Amino acid sequence: MAALWIRKIIPLKVADVRFCSSNLHKCTLIPGDGIGPEISVAVQKIFEAAKVPIDWESVDVTPVKGSDGKFGIPQAAIDSINKNKIGLKGPLMTPIGKGHRSLNLALRKEFNLYANVRPCRSLEGYKTLYDNVDVITIRENTEGEYSGIEHEIVEGVVQSIKLITEEASSRVAEFAFQYAKDNNRKKVTAVHKANIMRMSDGLFLRCCREAAQKYPSVKFEERYLDTVCLNMVQEPSQYDVLVMPNLYGDILSDMCAGLVGGLGLTPSGNIGLKGALFESVHGTAPDIAGQDRANPTALLLSAVMMLKYMGLNDHATIIETSAYDTIKEAKYLTGDLGGTAKCSEYTSEICSKIVMQIK
Amino acid sequence: MTLLIKSSFKILSQISLINPVRTIQIGSAKFLESVIEPEYKTKCTLIPGDGVGPELVLCIQNVFKAANVPVEFEPYFLSEVNPTLSAPLEKVSSSITKNGVCLKGILASPDHSHSGELQTLNMKLRKELDLYSNVVHVKSLPGIKSRHQNVDCVIIREQTEGEYSALEHESVPGVVECLKIVTATKSQRIAKFAFDYAVKNGRKKVTCVHKANIMKLGDGLFLKSCQEIAKLYPRIQFETMIVDNCTMQMVSNPHQFDVMVTPNLYGNIVDNLASGLVGGAGVVAGASYSAECVVFEPGARHTYSEAVGKNVANPTAMILCSVKLLSHLNLRPYAEQIKDALNRVLNDGKYLTKDLGGQSSTTEFTTAVINNLR
Repeated sequence: MAALWIRKIIPLKVADVRFCSSNLHKCTLIPGDGIGPEISVAVQKIFEAAKVPIDWESVDVTPVKGSDGKFGIPQAAIDSINKNKIGLKGPLMTPIGKGHRSLNLALRKEFNLYANVRPCRSLEGYKTLYDNVDVITIRENTEGEYSGIEHEIVEGVVQSIKLITEEASSRVAEFAFQYAKDNNRKKVTAVHKANIMRMSDGLFLRCCREAAQKYPSVKFEERYLDTVCLNMVQEPSQYDVLVMPNLYGDILSDMCAGLVGGLGLTPSGNIGLKGALFESVHGTAPDIAGQDRANPTALLLSAVMMLKYMGLNDHATIIETSAYDTIKEAKYLTGDLGGTAKCSEYTSEICSKIVMQIK
Repeated sequence: MTLLIKSSFKILSQISLINPVRTIQIGSAKFLESVIEPEYKTKCTLIPGDGVGPELVLCIQNVFKAANVPVEFEPYFLSEVNPTLSAPLEKVSSSITKNGVCLKGILASPDHSHSGELQTLNMKLRKELDLYSNVVHVKSLPGIKSRHQNVDCVIIREQTEGEYSALEHESVPGVVECLKIVTATKSQRIAKFAFDYAVKNGRKKVTCVHKANIMKLGDGLFLKSCQEIAKLYPRIQFETMIVDNCTMQMVSNPHQFDVMVTPNLYGNIVDNLASGLVGGAGVVAGASYSAECVVFEPGARHTYSEAVGKNVANPTAMILCSVKLLSHLNLRPYAEQIKDALNRVLNDGKYLTKDLGGQSSTTEFTTAVINNLR
């Protein structure tokens, strides 16, 4: 009895300490390129209004020439994320054909961000053809088709290697089930193509099955990638949490974003062994940069995901509902959602909603 | 199933041998038919496939009989999940080579083959016949309610290499390498096919779907091949799109697409996605081409095995396949007759199957099509 009692108290205490702690959490902010700086400022303003105990540490990730002569992320940025273990990132431009690989990829590798989580939810107030979407795609982020191992065997014959390992597959499978459990989700669907790639996707599927056995409270199903594509556009409500290898995740997460209105509305989080990086996955939109017309929703919702990840659930809920309400009322919508409001107007509307709630 | 049919045929033929009256009857019937019909019947290989395939094929046979179509089917049961009943692949492929045309249901590909092979029967058939190009014309049908209207795009998919190469190995326990092969020859061949298709069918634009930003060499080669071929067709607009963006555009604005040319796996994805937009796997027809022969099969490949024997599957896709088959065989009047009948039934909306929100069974739908033949 006593033990039960203590057990009841302890998690509560931990949660209390987390919430009441006055000490600030340090958090790395990578504003990014194009519209990145504007939307980062918007997010910072909103966080200030909600009195979130976060101290931003803004870093620049413009590639610099390293000691080995290659261009890469500046050491200061790496150190900052390593120290804070958490970061928020705006869109980054990937220069085409400049010889250095995409910074997104470099960040992913550097911090071993193995799982990419992308919740897609229909927003009330922004009408699309689909109004009952609520899926979370979890994508293996370190291997698979994006292993980068390719070679030309003879001229005109290229072989690309898709690498699937048990370690990475089990890791992401278990993460998916844990995520489903933590977020009160009912079902995890493993998306695969094991009928065609019998060994590699077969291995991924086996890892998912093994993880499923450890989480009996979460329902598990297996679906072929083509079946999911077919059903997703017909009846998206039948899916809940989806877990899949790299390429399939890339395709499906973007497709789901398309169902609810595009990348400007969907947040994204990358969970790794050494830390987590939350980001907006839309482009840098250089054509409207600096004109106060960008939509900060994706970055804001990513930041909300970050708060949830840090255990600051109360702040997260306040910001989230304020943002959703603002979109629902449709008084201050940015251009991409069919409105005429400026980014700053949209931001201050959310801020005023937050202030009302805090009072 | 085939065994049964075969044996029953045997018994029947024996009876006819024993019973002279019967022979005369059959003879007279044959005589009568030959008066009405053209003397020559085109032969076509028929593979019913797994799942609901046999039921749907039966619908086609009934419709063909009712419309008096001069096509004679050569049925072969081919299946990977039911290897004991399956006809040998060589026999089937030689029949297709001989006839040049085939109507095919969907073959199920299980996650593990009984013999431990990596290649699926589908892949083997495609390799054997070199069915390199899969063409799926996704078009909104009249009378079908779906979220998207007026979708009209053609997806052309390379289907002999790429991810479906079945070259996999476990380097060390727990680490599997899967090879994706892209060759310049096959990429150029499919690109040329796509552009030729666009020219022949009066299409304006070809979109190459790829992921060359990540798979720089593999998809890069495919992209390069398409770009090279595009130069030969200055009248056809050419654009490229990354596959994830393509799926996103497809669900939000499918009208921007015309002809799309894709490597193997992306084609599979886009086929299914596009089919979902216009009403699902039951209403989209497709065809696989080699230089010599054509195999007509539903565009989104699902066996729908949970509906076997329930008489609920939608024969629309299969009927559309047979319509394509007939126009390929230059039997256009028959093709149009059947297509008109199908459109009337769909427009009417009285006899729709469950997947389209109706209550009718497969047989009821088929009967309705037959009754609408004019």
